[in-house]
Amino acid sequence: MSDRTVISDARLVLRKDLRIERASKVVISQVVPFAIMTLVLFGFGISPDARVVLGEGASRSVQAQVAPGLIFIAILLSALLALSRSFGVESADGTLDGLRLAGLDPAGIFLGKAGAVLVQLLSVGVVVTSGAFLFFSVQVDWTIARAVLLVTTLGAATAGIAAAGTIYSALAAGLRVRDTLVPLLVVPVLAPVLLGAGQAADAALFGATVDGWPWVGALAVFALLYGWVGIISFDSLLEDA
Amino acid sequence: MSEGPVVELEGAVALVGGFPALAGADLRLRPSEVVGVRGPNGAGKSTLLRLCAGLVPLSRGTGHVMGHDLASRDGRRLARRSIGLLGHATALYDDLTVRENIEFWSGANRSLHADIRGAMDHMGLADRLANVPVSGLSAGQRRRTAIAILLARRPRVWLLDEPHAGLDTAGRDLLDQLISDAAAAGASILVATHDRGRIDDVLTRTVHLEGGMLSAVPT
Repeated sequence: MSDRTVISDARLVLRKDLRIERASKVVISQVVPFAIMTLVLFGFGISPDARVVLGEGASRSVQAQVAPGLIFIAILLSALLALSRSFGVESADGTLDGLRLAGLDPAGIFLGKAGAVLVQLLSVGVVVTSGAFLFFSVQVDWTIARAVLLVTTLGAATAGIAAAGTIYSALAAGLRVRDTLVPLLVVPVLAPVLLGAGQAADAALFGATVDGWPWVGALAVFALLYGWVGIISFDSLLEDA
Repeated sequence: MSEGPVVELEGAVALVGGFPALAGADLRLRPSEVVGVRGPNGAGKSTLLRLCAGLVPLSRGTGHVMGHDLASRDGRRLARRSIGLLGHATALYDDLTVRENIEFWSGANRSLHADIRGAMDHMGLADRLANVPVSGLSAGQRRRTAIAILLARRPRVWLLDEPHAGLDTAGRDLLDQLISDAAAAGASILVATHDRGRIDDVLTRTVHLEGGMLSAVPT
């Protein structure tokens, strides 16, 4: 099939999934509050008075220091809900069979579903990042370079989470134990994303931005790799679902 | 009839969870034929339809739909383009409205705009129900929506699994008429049903499925 067909099929599936979200408001009413709760609960585990000494009399609260990592832990855990929902709607009433019968390009289905998860995770990411600044009193000497690095980190990390998560959700789609199996499959695979995104966001907020870009590059490679794997393997995954 | 079979199974075996739900079925379905498949619960009727739809792999024997080999993945994919399947599940998204569901599936199936509008009118979905979320529909209304999607697709082969389930008398009559019209237009139709009576009037012949094996029912 031509690229144009893949893209038009992806757009069709993407629009459908976003329409479902607009109607059900699951991300707004459940996933985002869950992400905020995760962030707050992690915050409860760290004393607000605990501080990290930075030298020359300067210090920073431990909550602020670990905020970059907590942001992406909250996004990762929220992604599990979004992924479960993404394939839950396809197995509820035989719609996955409908997609196979319709003759949609499997690569288009993958790109559409991963794209919808990406849009949802980006909105979760914006709220969670804002929440982290608010709850943990993160003080940053903002520059354009820092802002660009943080936004790019968020985009690359969520793209990787959406791509890998969509592949493993499709793998488990036909199984009765799908909801419990997907976290077991996805969390270990996404550990490198957590590491890279935490390091890049730390550089964006507190360090030298030049230290963050190699991590963003690694995140982009991860996202492209899983995007490519999804495009070439989704046919087999759907057949076996 | 001079035209060759649209669906042709010989000694077809299909496994579901390792169990041979079809254990050597032979079937020929020709253009304009409406074949009823009867049999007790668990006889393999749904598996037979899913095999013909290319959704279940053929484990042994031979099987072709529109000339495409059901034993190969590419063959199954090509066969699906000619298939319209109405299964137990209606394949509708609960959170979308009737119109949004029909528009999505029509886009996915590459149905023509005129066919979509005609199908919605035909099934009584164009006015009051069009903007109702599917989650708010009765079982019969869901069935009507699924039939509208099938109609808009204009498949060459209709595979209907208990298609009258949930429909009221008017809906059943309408569906029987649609089946007759589709067969008259050249479509081939396989209907798995427990119903006896009116549906018999639209059947060309009936086969019996039990223990994964098909046998002809004498007329």
